[in-house]
Amino acid sequence: MAEHETAARHRTPENPGSEVGAFLRRRREQLAQRWADEPLFRTVFTVARDEAVEAGRVVVDALAQVAGHGRVEDPADPGFTVVREQLSRMAAARARTGLTPSRVSTEVDALRVPADELLVAELPDASAEHVRACTTALTVLMGTLRLVVMETALSEGEALIDRQRLQLLEVATPVIRLWDGIVAVPLIGTLDSARSQVVMETLLESVVDQQARFAILDITGVPTVDSLVAQHLMKTVAAVRLMGAECVVSGIRPAIAQTIVHLGLDLGTVITRASLADALGYALRRLGADIVRAAPGGAQAR
Amino acid sequence: MNDDFPRPGAVSVPVLRLGDVLLVTLQGDLYDGMAARLQQDIAQAIVDSRVAGVVIDISGVEIVDSFLGRVLAEIAAHARLLAARTVVAGMRPAVALTLVELGLTLPGLRTALSTEAALELLGRADAARPGGPHRDAR
Repeated sequence: MAEHETAARHRTPENPGSEVGAFLRRRREQLAQRWADEPLFRTVFTVARDEAVEAGRVVVDALAQVAGHGRVEDPADPGFTVVREQLSRMAAARARTGLTPSRVSTEVDALRVPADELLVAELPDASAEHVRACTTALTVLMGTLRLVVMETALSEGEALIDRQRLQLLEVATPVIRLWDGIVAVPLIGTLDSARSQVVMETLLESVVDQQARFAILDITGVPTVDSLVAQHLMKTVAAVRLMGAECVVSGIRPAIAQTIVHLGLDLGTVITRASLADALGYALRRLGADIVRAAPGGAQAR
Repeated sequence: MNDDFPRPGAVSVPVLRLGDVLLVTLQGDLYDGMAARLQQDIAQAIVDSRVAGVVIDISGVEIVDSFLGRVLAEIAAHARLLAARTVVAGMRPAVALTLVELGLTLPGLRTALSTEAALELLGRADAARPGGPHRDAR
């Protein structure tokens, strides 16, 4: 690879990047010790300080490698790939404690101060220009680190949101088998067209799987019903009927009943019951089962 | 769905007689010529054998269009004129969804989960007349 060439080219004392890299390698131990006391490391590695020091060493190594490549301003440098996971873990831990991204960013920036002090202390008799060039390179390097941390943390968050959106779609629509041949879907939350579709499909699938003769749609947890939701209910009821089962809608709250009447929607073909219990009772009776209270003597009363 | 050239295996749909019920099993695509012939066959069979019910099993049908919906409705209408009840059995979820999206809710057509349930439905409707077991017990 051409890496040897670049490294050789940058080893000249005029290159502040490689000098910063060499400095980081020399002061690795001291830096790791001082960083372990910074809030960013302290809060993640609460158990043992040694772990924090070790993590600090890894980060210092990565920074030294990036500086050695002479690409202090490049967040895509391969040197960062090693520490990406660790950095995102630290940023995520800080975000969990309720810190805003800008505060996390400030904490990452706080790592620069001890490094800066050490670097300046190491160059007591260098020219002012040389010192400035070195500190600038270090500052840019730490800025890049900050960028990498935030980038990793944010992409992590996006992946989490995507995963949760999918989970919500699946989890929010469980089909429950209430009895032999009776399935129910308790709908909770606002229904949009994507969710309606999932609900309809899972309900129909379970009607086939369970050979259910009754399907109960419980809308107790649906806050509002508009014409779209009503249309979806009608469609579900029609599809369930086509498959040879019967659909009961339960849990229509008084306010929603008023809305439906107000909108002039005709749910005349839909069987409705006040509560899930009523719907279950209806379905059981239609299946030929009956619910009876046990008599005090133990005998079954009819 | 044109039917200009013969298709292998798409000759005719068998109509089976089980007691006083006709059983028709649809599988795969249904073409114009087949559908017309099926309607004729069913009507003829009802008249010949004086059955009380027709069960159409469409559990083998994966894809549906408005044509199949209309054919089913027409068969049911013919059978009703000949004093036989029609039950469509085993419709797949995807087929039911498509029919509903097409606006074909097929009112007046009876449905059942499976062929067995359909036979039971037809049998119970007969038995229900002289003090049936289910609804009247309640």
